[in-house]
Amino acid sequence: MFSLYLNVISQGILTGLIYGLMALGLSVIFGVMRVVNFAHGEFAVVAMYATFLVFRYYGLDPLLMILPLAGLFFVVGYALHVTMVDRFVGRAEHEQFILLVGLAIIMVNGLLMIFGPDARAVNLPYGLDSYLVGPLIIPKARLYAAVAALVLACGLFVFLRYTRTGTAIRACVDNLVGAGVVGLNVKRLYAITFGIGLACVGAAGTLMVMIADAEPSLGSAYTLLAFIIVIIGGLGSMTGALVGGVLIGVSEALAGFVIAPSMKSMFSFALLAAILVLRPQGLMGRQT
Amino acid sequence: MIELWRSIGWRGQVPLAIALFALICAPVIADRYLLSVLTLILYLAYVGQAWNLMMGYAGQLSLGHALYVGLGGYVAALLWLDFGVGPWLSVFPAIAVGALFGAAIGWLGFRFHIEGVYFALLTIAFAEFTRIACDNLAFTGGSAGLFMPYVEKLAGEWWNLRGGQLLFYYLALLLAAAAIVLTAHLAHSRLGYYWLAVREDERAARTLGINSFRAKMTAVLISSGMTAVGGVFYAFYYNTLFPSQVFDTNQSIELILAPLIGGLGTVFGPIVGAFLLTPVGETLTTLAERLGVNLPGTKQVFYGLTLMVIITLRPTGVWPWMARVLGFGNRAS
Repeated sequence: MFSLYLNVISQGILTGLIYGLMALGLSVIFGVMRVVNFAHGEFAVVAMYATFLVFRYYGLDPLLMILPLAGLFFVVGYALHVTMVDRFVGRAEHEQFILLVGLAIIMVNGLLMIFGPDARAVNLPYGLDSYLVGPLIIPKARLYAAVAALVLACGLFVFLRYTRTGTAIRACVDNLVGAGVVGLNVKRLYAITFGIGLACVGAAGTLMVMIADAEPSLGSAYTLLAFIIVIIGGLGSMTGALVGGVLIGVSEALAGFVIAPSMKSMFSFALLAAILVLRPQGLMGRQT
Repeated sequence: MIELWRSIGWRGQVPLAIALFALICAPVIADRYLLSVLTLILYLAYVGQAWNLMMGYAGQLSLGHALYVGLGGYVAALLWLDFGVGPWLSVFPAIAVGALFGAAIGWLGFRFHIEGVYFALLTIAFAEFTRIACDNLAFTGGSAGLFMPYVEKLAGEWWNLRGGQLLFYYLALLLAAAAIVLTAHLAHSRLGYYWLAVREDERAARTLGINSFRAKMTAVLISSGMTAVGGVFYAFYYNTLFPSQVFDTNQSIELILAPLIGGLGTVFGPIVGAFLLTPVGETLTTLAERLGVNLPGTKQVFYGLTLMVIITLRPTGVWPWMARVLGFGNRAS
């Protein structure tokens, strides 16, 4: 019985790391330019479908798709920011919300029109294999996906911490006016940030399709999930997004196992309400 | 009301009177289908107005208004199915339950200073939470939902909302008109000015001695109660309630499209928005079907595009611009 719970928890942790990568994208965008990407989960689902198509027609392993797709999503994000989102930075929240919700609606229903409402699965050759570690049974696909998510998150961390562009982006967060005064091109940095955010969610979608079926209706659920994770973890905290992701992954897995799979997100919402009331800055967020 | 009527001037009175007359006479020439579209428009104008009070006037972004529609609908449907209580009576408990949830969300949000996007997320969380609860509770019928069976004996009981299209059309018209009058009245009341002050700058409003907590709370209570009435209408009009439908985030978004497009914080914005959006959406669906394109989601893609275009080109909505062009003075907007 104990080992059963242990297995459920370990699966939750692995799924949670992928959630964490997805939330990281939202956190970076929100943390830097104060725009909530309400189409975030929809981008993840688009990445899932893209990975599904490539796998189906070319048999390419999703793990090999991560970097090309993340690169593509970066370009899309950059372009999207320059053409549309930029003029909404600093505008009223509901206006940003409407723009991105409009985009989300188009994406979900576009997918629905193209692929129909049925779930699409990527059947990996090693999809049913697993490693046995003591009492733990760890499915290979899930482990690979989680490790890839962790590596990517670390890569993003290094980028923001140690490169010139990363430092410049952090400068915009700390003092926007100061960043402008010392001559940083804020608009370009914001576009890069939006691109990075979408690259994260694109990579997360590619990994997600290794462990879950792609469905158009998942979009809004993932958006909510990413948002909840970011708030639980703490805004602007990168470790917070990963910790929040793992926490939600585990709580979903446990709730799905102990109570009922259909009720698993209830606990995420309860956790969210508790965090908002008890510790609004999130588990690892800075006091504002 | 008379004062309100006077305040809009003859440039406003004439078109308003013509529009109202046209709507009252519409059933004479409109067929069943057209009447159902008009009913939908008026219903959306009504719930849109309820949302507009909270967001447009008091500045509190709620993205979970489907919660109140669902609660109102469920309370009325359950009282009707289990105890045979008619809608004229059950509308009161429906309002009470809706307002109670609204109070809980408002209290949590305003007491703990959960603002803006965070508050919006809280409202979504409550709606989703209730959806999942209704999906799993036995007495709400679970995910199979509730059905209001057609009973022949009761078919003509219009006072129990067991009637045809015409009954619901006039009821929706009454609701929409009442919502407009209420909004116009509130907008120029002390409370309405409090709301505007809190919306524009809460700290400044509090410095002036406005109890911002009470002002925001009143907005949530009125808005949630009004939306719950819309839920009662929904339950008796559509005769079915599915948790995955009434509490859904998509439902919440559909409810707020009309005021967003028409113009937030304006008296006529929601109804203008509803009259612009719904017919075009319906026409598009029909047109697509005629052309043999029967893809689910066509209408929604159009809605999404509309949202993006409107918010980029006319972020304050269509009505303020329309009112200016048509020369309806300031009070009209």
